[in-house]
Amino acid sequence: MLNNKSPVYAGIDIGASRTKVALLDSEKNLIGHCVIKSGIDFNQTSRLCLESAMDMAGISMDSIACTVSTGYGRKNAPFSNRTKTEIGCHAKGAYHFFPTAITIVDIGGQDNKIIKLDEQGRRLNFKMNRKCAAGTGAFLEEMSARLDIPLEDMDPLARKSVKMVELGSYCTVFSATEVLEKIREGKKVPDIVKGLFFSVIKRILEMEALSEKVVMTGGVVAHNPYLVIMVKDITGLDILTPQYPQLTGAIGAALFAMDG
Amino acid sequence: MNDEKKSLRKQFACGKTLKKLMADHFYEMDEASKTGSKKIAWCTSVGPAELLRGMGFLVYYPENHGAMLGATRMATDLIPYANALGYSPDICSYLTSDIGSYLQKKTPLTQAYNIESVPKPDVLVFNTNQCRDVQDWFAWYARELNVPLVGVFSLREVGEIKDYEINDIAKQIEDLVPKLEEVSGERFDIDRFKQAVEYSRRTSELWRTCLESAAAIPSPWNFFDATIHMGPAVVARGTKEGVDYYEILLAELQDRIKQGIPSVEGERHRLYWEGMPIWGKLRPLSEQFASLHACIVASTYCNSWIFDQLDPNDPFGSMGRAYLELFIVRDEPYKERYMEECHEMYKLDGIIFHDAKTCPNNSNNRYGLPQRISERLGIPQLTINGDLNDLRCYSEEQAKTNIEAFVEQLEERA
Repeated sequence: MLNNKSPVYAGIDIGASRTKVALLDSEKNLIGHCVIKSGIDFNQTSRLCLESAMDMAGISMDSIACTVSTGYGRKNAPFSNRTKTEIGCHAKGAYHFFPTAITIVDIGGQDNKIIKLDEQGRRLNFKMNRKCAAGTGAFLEEMSARLDIPLEDMDPLARKSVKMVELGSYCTVFSATEVLEKIREGKKVPDIVKGLFFSVIKRILEMEALSEKVVMTGGVVAHNPYLVIMVKDITGLDILTPQYPQLTGAIGAALFAMDG
Repeated sequence: MNDEKKSLRKQFACGKTLKKLMADHFYEMDEASKTGSKKIAWCTSVGPAELLRGMGFLVYYPENHGAMLGATRMATDLIPYANALGYSPDICSYLTSDIGSYLQKKTPLTQAYNIESVPKPDVLVFNTNQCRDVQDWFAWYARELNVPLVGVFSLREVGEIKDYEINDIAKQIEDLVPKLEEVSGERFDIDRFKQAVEYSRRTSELWRTCLESAAAIPSPWNFFDATIHMGPAVVARGTKEGVDYYEILLAELQDRIKQGIPSVEGERHRLYWEGMPIWGKLRPLSEQFASLHACIVASTYCNSWIFDQLDPNDPFGSMGRAYLELFIVRDEPYKERYMEECHEMYKLDGIIFHDAKTCPNNSNNRYGLPQRISERLGIPQLTINGDLNDLRCYSEEQAKTNIEAFVEQLEERA
């Protein structure tokens, strides 16, 4: 149990799919964290997520000196002191782990972000995906449901692929039809799943040129590390990932909380 | 957070005059439409309005009606009726919402002015300098209402403008005269035409001066204000009422500058808006930018109704020039230079590109311009995906986050 007087800084990332909380001590150590489904009551979810992270850290609410919320639901956490965009928080979080000029590729539940930082961690530019689920976690969720494969089984299945099946469509709905076609043609499931990963990667690569060191973050990366290996193979770039890719935005928010 | 809830918009005293001018414009046409007292020409927004005015027509602008359909958020519900006739959801949503409005017999003029329907045309006159869609739009009405359709076919992607190109447009405008005489039943009167050109030029000069007043720091007004106050620059071009209105607006803007009244309290960032307005979201966008202390001081869109090349001593030739020197028909190097000049004049901190799904000609982010101009000027850029009228193409939450993150980025540079 931390000394009650030691200040703790909370970051809450209320995403479209998952809510993430990160608690940092004054030395920037991650002392508590939690990830849960965002559901439909962002206020309640963020409270539950925070409580769970506090339990992990062994602290009470009194210890939290400042809270910053981010993500689509950032304005739905009434106990937060400030809000920051998820773009700012991912930049802050990723730069904390890799303090150099980097390109951040965040693959989230509903959107993708590409953020370029200079040596000082300042944003040079950023891009989010257009209003389309292609290439996001939602795409993989839809495919997992269509194929009746649990999300957590997709990574090990993709690793077993011998001959990847490439999907041509741009659109999640059309891709689902294409996948059904491939099944009818007798293609193997691992090869199709790897093709789905490749489809996500193609959507990312067409968003922006990856010219710097690349840091990949987000829930899709956290649960599908094989996707990172594929990006390395395809681009030949040095791809870095923080220990908890899904917490990057929440950690960034906690770092903003620490900045006062 | 609470700051966003109270209105941050500053009203103009001349707003009442604006409302009256716009109302009179529609009442006059409604009366003519019902009684046949005057001939009515439908004209594209950057069509040969001066010639039509000079030949005694009342001029109605379907694009203005399109903007009203967007601003009242009627458009999104009406577009599908045109889609069902074979007019794709991917083409101009002014066109589809306007045709949907006609089919459903619903118009924002009813709510605003108690006018039942748009005025009936005696002739339809287009200029394809905006796009090919305007021609197809008017062609639909020509078939539906059995009304003559005439127009000017513009050049596109023009770099350095040659005299023969101007002569081409001027001659096309002049060639409209016989048909218009036939419709109006009146002989062409060169002096009346010159008078309309003179009014239009004066309106343009004043409109330019109003827009350029935003070079003041802090700016006395912003893009969202200008999209409303540009109404007379569109519909009252070529009339004395247009000239009179901008004299009043200009005086109010100059007074704001003199008194140091800012459009956006605590102006910290000065931005340029490239592309069409998102008509159905003017208010929330205006409020968001104001809450972030960001003022959109200039835009391609509002600048597109400056025609101060017009010269009553050379009415056809100067119309040819004015309607060919437009940003929208120019090549990419011209557009880059144009935006660079705007940067010099308005001291911009960033540029926002609106990629309007159904308006490729007004979406200048599609051929690498944002990246080139950002590098050239050393200021960041952001692209927002949306549409002028079809709100099905707009993700408000995503746009809001992008704008907020963009301003965060500007703060880091400050």
